[in-house]
Amino acid sequence: MSATRPPDQPDSENGEGGEGFDAEFSLARSNALIPLLIMFAVTVFAIVVVIVRAKPIVPPEGAVANKAFGPADFPLVFAKEEASTAPAAAAAGASTMIFPVPAPPFTEGIFPCMQCHEGIPPNPERRALEGMHSDIVFHHDEEHRWCLDCHDMNNRDQLHLANGSPVPFTESYRLCGQCHGTQFRDWRSGIHGKRTGYWDGAKRYLLCVHCHNPHSPRFAALQPLPPPVRPQFLRPAEAAVAASGEQSETRVGQEDGDAAHAR
Amino acid sequence: MPRTPVEETCGAAAGLEAEHTPEGLSRRDFLTTLGLAAAGILAGCSPEAREAFLRKHFRELSPAEVETRLANLHADYAKRFGEDVSISAAPAREGVVYGYALDLSRCIGCRRCVYACVKENNQSRDPQIQWIRVLEMEKTKGIDFETANPYYNPERVPDPDHFYVPVACQQCRTPQCTEVCPVGATWQEPDGIVVIDYDWCIGCRYCMAACPYGARHFNWGEPHLPQAEFNPNLHVLGNRPRSRGVVEKCTFCIQRVRAGRYPACVEICPVGARKFGNLIDPESEISRILREKRVFVLKSELKTEPKFYYFYGI
Repeated sequence: MSATRPPDQPDSENGEGGEGFDAEFSLARSNALIPLLIMFAVTVFAIVVVIVRAKPIVPPEGAVANKAFGPADFPLVFAKEEASTAPAAAAAGASTMIFPVPAPPFTEGIFPCMQCHEGIPPNPERRALEGMHSDIVFHHDEEHRWCLDCHDMNNRDQLHLANGSPVPFTESYRLCGQCHGTQFRDWRSGIHGKRTGYWDGAKRYLLCVHCHNPHSPRFAALQPLPPPVRPQFLRPAEAAVAASGEQSETRVGQEDGDAAHAR
Repeated sequence: MPRTPVEETCGAAAGLEAEHTPEGLSRRDFLTTLGLAAAGILAGCSPEAREAFLRKHFRELSPAEVETRLANLHADYAKRFGEDVSISAAPAREGVVYGYALDLSRCIGCRRCVYACVKENNQSRDPQIQWIRVLEMEKTKGIDFETANPYYNPERVPDPDHFYVPVACQQCRTPQCTEVCPVGATWQEPDGIVVIDYDWCIGCRYCMAACPYGARHFNWGEPHLPQAEFNPNLHVLGNRPRSRGVVEKCTFCIQRVRAGRYPACVEICPVGARKFGNLIDPESEISRILREKRVFVLKSELKTEPKFYYFYGI
């Protein structure tokens, strides 16, 4: 207020005003404020510069994080699914032990077994297989088990239970259920194993061997489908298209630059 | 009778008003004109826009109005995605409450379910929306959301040190998302499925904040769905294409399960870890699991009472 006083005031009043000014606004204090204000301004300026000049976070080279994969990228996975969704037309059989299952997953051309085994005398000897069947990796209680514990020695087109009664390949769950009783019980009631079809109607069961290789039954590891896009890399479709356009533009620009440099 | 000062002032004001409206446009005339103009605009615009403006909440539609709505949607989707569209509004069946169980001892974290769900439910491909999120957790820590990793990407799964917990909508019996919706655009159907009326959703995302499972997803951008990847088997409360600014979520594949089929994630699961059925039927798979296995739900302390159970089947 004293500062706004007109300069043409009498000297005495001016002197009083000067004293009042000193009392209200200490010169020393206002001096101390200046460095603080400067520091504040510099900090704000630095923050603004950092924000403005910050580069967008780019996922590391080769990372799948920024690509939005869809089911169309995996035709093999989902084509297989389409084929297998058709539920079994036949309802469950009269006997509780008979379930409608698809045909066992034989290697192509290997069944019926007797087309080769007809002329071969059965050899019950426990041995390393050579030639035919050497592709079988046996990892199923291999210390105690052998081919003929499950495969029938005289009729290779069928299996047999521990008590010797024959079981066709299409009912192999009866054979597996001898040892894996809890799994068999769960499978029958639908808790174990994959079901497709209708939750209130015809379901399609699978044989144990559709998922578990009987010779090494642990479920095989799979390659996972890609992870979701991280939120910081999500962008609307138009932006994605624009970004890809930008990339191609920059590439062209770089080529031009290289050419100019060469010249 | 002498006029009070207030009356004097009012009279003066009224006089002024009359003076300043030279055509003599009274408040009544003004409001009438405004109303007529609005009605005129509404009458003049296209039938689709008029229907959208006057549309009622889905649950307040009469059966005839539902038919009209389906016909309009069918025409719209046929124009955008081709003629072989079938859209249904199948209601909940009597005596059915859907339940879901997932066997954590089987799940190998292969993410087949995630993409089968996207394919079935017409989610936006880019910007990407996925209803199922598979969390990788350390075996030494157990179920721990804090250290769970949804972005795992090894060469092969399962990793021997980890287990996998797929999380989608838990279809709570006491859903918080429906409680907080300010416009009632989301509700629980009699068969237990929590659905969204995409036409009624205002995009406030309160439900997303309320959901403790992160199961709801928002269309931040215009959804991009190639015509070739469109699934034409639609339900009006389920997988029909959404628009920008609405929330969406898992509906147990309402278009499939109300037709008796299994959800898409159940059918794709290569290890058979996913089980689905009617909780009321004592012979259903899900009832057997609840009876014979030890099941648990995620975040049971929140009293959301999910109908999505996890169990160890071994």
